[in-house]
Amino acid sequence: MDNKLLFAVTALFNSPEEILHAVREVRLAGYTKYDVNTPYPLHGMDGAMKLKPSTLSYVALVLGLTGTFSALFFMWWVSAVNYPLVIGGKPYFSLPAFIPITFEVTVLLASIGTVVAMLFIYFKLPNNSYPLHDTEYMRSVSSDKFGIVILAKDPLFDEDKVVSLFKDLRSGNITSVYYETEEINVRHTVFEPKFLSFMAATFIFTAALTYFSLNYILYWQPFNWMWFQNRVDAQSKSTYFSDGFGMRMPVEGSVARGFIPYPYRGDQASASKYLVNPLVASKEVLIKGQDKFNTFCSPCHGYFGKGDSRLRGQFPAPPSLQSEKVRNYKDGDIYHIITVGQNIMPSYEKQITREERWAIIHYIRALQRSQNAKESDVK
Amino acid sequence: MSFNQENLNYRIKEFPRSLNLLGWGLLALGVLLIVVSFFVDRTRSSFNILVSFMFLMSIGLGSLFLVALEYVAGAVWSTPIRRVSEFFSTILFVIPLLAIPLYFSMHEIFHWSHTEIVRQEPALSSKSPYLNVPFFVIRTLVCFAVWLLFYLLIVRNSEKQDKLKDQALTTRNIRFSAIFMPVFAITITLAAVDWMMSLEPHWFSTIFGVYYFAGTILAALASATIAVVFFIKRGYFTNLREDHLYSLGALLFAFVNFWAYIAFSQYLLIWYANLPEETTWFLLRWQGSWKIVSIALIVIHFVIPYFGLLSQPSKMNPGRLLFMSVWILFAHLFDLYWLIMPTFSRRGVVLGWMEFAFPIAAVGIVIILFTLKAKNTNIVPIGDPKLQRGLDFRL
Repeated sequence: MDNKLLFAVTALFNSPEEILHAVREVRLAGYTKYDVNTPYPLHGMDGAMKLKPSTLSYVALVLGLTGTFSALFFMWWVSAVNYPLVIGGKPYFSLPAFIPITFEVTVLLASIGTVVAMLFIYFKLPNNSYPLHDTEYMRSVSSDKFGIVILAKDPLFDEDKVVSLFKDLRSGNITSVYYETEEINVRHTVFEPKFLSFMAATFIFTAALTYFSLNYILYWQPFNWMWFQNRVDAQSKSTYFSDGFGMRMPVEGSVARGFIPYPYRGDQASASKYLVNPLVASKEVLIKGQDKFNTFCSPCHGYFGKGDSRLRGQFPAPPSLQSEKVRNYKDGDIYHIITVGQNIMPSYEKQITREERWAIIHYIRALQRSQNAKESDVK
Repeated sequence: MSFNQENLNYRIKEFPRSLNLLGWGLLALGVLLIVVSFFVDRTRSSFNILVSFMFLMSIGLGSLFLVALEYVAGAVWSTPIRRVSEFFSTILFVIPLLAIPLYFSMHEIFHWSHTEIVRQEPALSSKSPYLNVPFFVIRTLVCFAVWLLFYLLIVRNSEKQDKLKDQALTTRNIRFSAIFMPVFAITITLAAVDWMMSLEPHWFSTIFGVYYFAGTILAALASATIAVVFFIKRGYFTNLREDHLYSLGALLFAFVNFWAYIAFSQYLLIWYANLPEETTWFLLRWQGSWKIVSIALIVIHFVIPYFGLLSQPSKMNPGRLLFMSVWILFAHLFDLYWLIMPTFSRRGVVLGWMEFAFPIAAVGIVIILFTLKAKNTNIVPIGDPKLQRGLDFRL
């Protein structure tokens, strides 16, 4: 016993009243380095120990505010800046919809952060051994006894005096607790390789478990998430139909929704005669026409329709749109050529919608007028 | 900490005469103004009666709920101050009287009470099996009867215990309180729906009863806190410490948040779904000068009490707690004003001497009832077996 280093003297009591009384006496005797262990939180213990309010609440405050603002910032950035989507006709940044998530993130960050801060700052996490661990005292206070412990590092500490104080308080069980040999002068730090590798291993294990849970384990039978259904997939065989095809042809004469067939295929004269530009040359229409012209027409016909292709040399140069012939074209002629193509020019029916074709025609007319301006146009 | 003989030989303490005078003065002033207002603008006067009616109902009914809650939960800390809530719940006797003028001005307040209009509107006529005058009166009378019945059952037993010191009375009250809980939930929902939600008979919100409940509990807790702080300052409660105040403050803080949570839930769902029959209610409160009231409600009812009660010391400081309780009581009145008055004045805010006259009378009524009741009853339940533990309560 003599060669061992004394850690503390502990005393056990049977009831909350006794421990509260004992704590008050210990405090009045002048001891400062003491602690209390009870099986459940006791009302009045903070007052008896004259504990100051915990500083942990500031950690929670800071982390909670971090959660609030990072959640708000993230949602603002995602839904109003990086990928704006109209949802339910609401503004991109609509605060009411964000409040529940902001609230959740605030609570999540504050609670998790508080636990982590408590483990590391207050429990000094890498140090996981404490002389009181694995003692009869600890076993008692975690079941039905109320214990007080006065540490040997208290400036007033004197083993005999403390024992006699506890005896005066009529404690039934007074024991001295000694350091274990490996606990003396050992302090673990966060940056110890052992601890860091343990944390890394924990991280990798958790990440791997999450990955496999979400990507594999979640899909083990019977959780097939309706992957296997009694249906015919596209391009698959079918034994039901006599021709063996899973996909069916549309019924004869059916027309796709919104599809209007072009009736003047191979008949430019009729197109020229009957088609009239349905759009009015407003600013919006011209801007749209310019946009589509620059995208689809200008690579060959040039930005001003002069036939100065940017692909010159690699491709036969197309005719100018400023020529006498094109200027005398009816709108229907141009529409027909865009729709079905001409000579080496392919059909742009698939790429340019009907309305866009008419907008392009307005823009071509504007280009023609700009390059062949008359005196009267300036007025 | 030992059992104090002084507690057993508790004597009823005299209240300062000035308090009683203040109560009668406020009531007299209020009633005078109310009578004048009745001749100036009868409709507006009726709507104001409704605001004060709901305000008094909040305090009375909420206090009875707090008493029942203490019994059901087996709470110990609140036993020494339970009488305060019991005194406040005597308001339940006055509420039926206030309902009488409301009954006679029903047609001015409730659009659905005009049968000829209801018959022409399909939306209203489909609701008419519930919203019709006879059934409305029956529901109201049943609510009043049930509340008074439980008041008599619970509070009578509590007062009887002062003399008999019989523990069986506590057991009996626990049973009554347990029955009262679901009854309270149903009746307060009916009251909120009938008296306030039906002001806009086309509109509906399933959370409305809970919304009123949140305000009710706040009003009851705030009134109790005011009385407790007053008693402590006067030296009537010698054994109460900041631990009890902290518990009251924590409850106030919790219910400030609960109110905000419920109010926001109601708003969020209506805002998100954006259905015309639901949004009208909020649109009315977001038009013209009502918008200022709506924004002010968030600040008055949530932001200021939230930060005022956030820190731990502020929940223990009697002065701060008194201020915040008065503030919250005002906030609840403001909330009721926001709930009820837009129906009267759709164009914009109405705020004049009339809107102040009725709360003045209401506060007068509360003070008079409280002092009258406290004159003849112990302000501490001296026969309650939990009393000593309640007095010894420490955080």
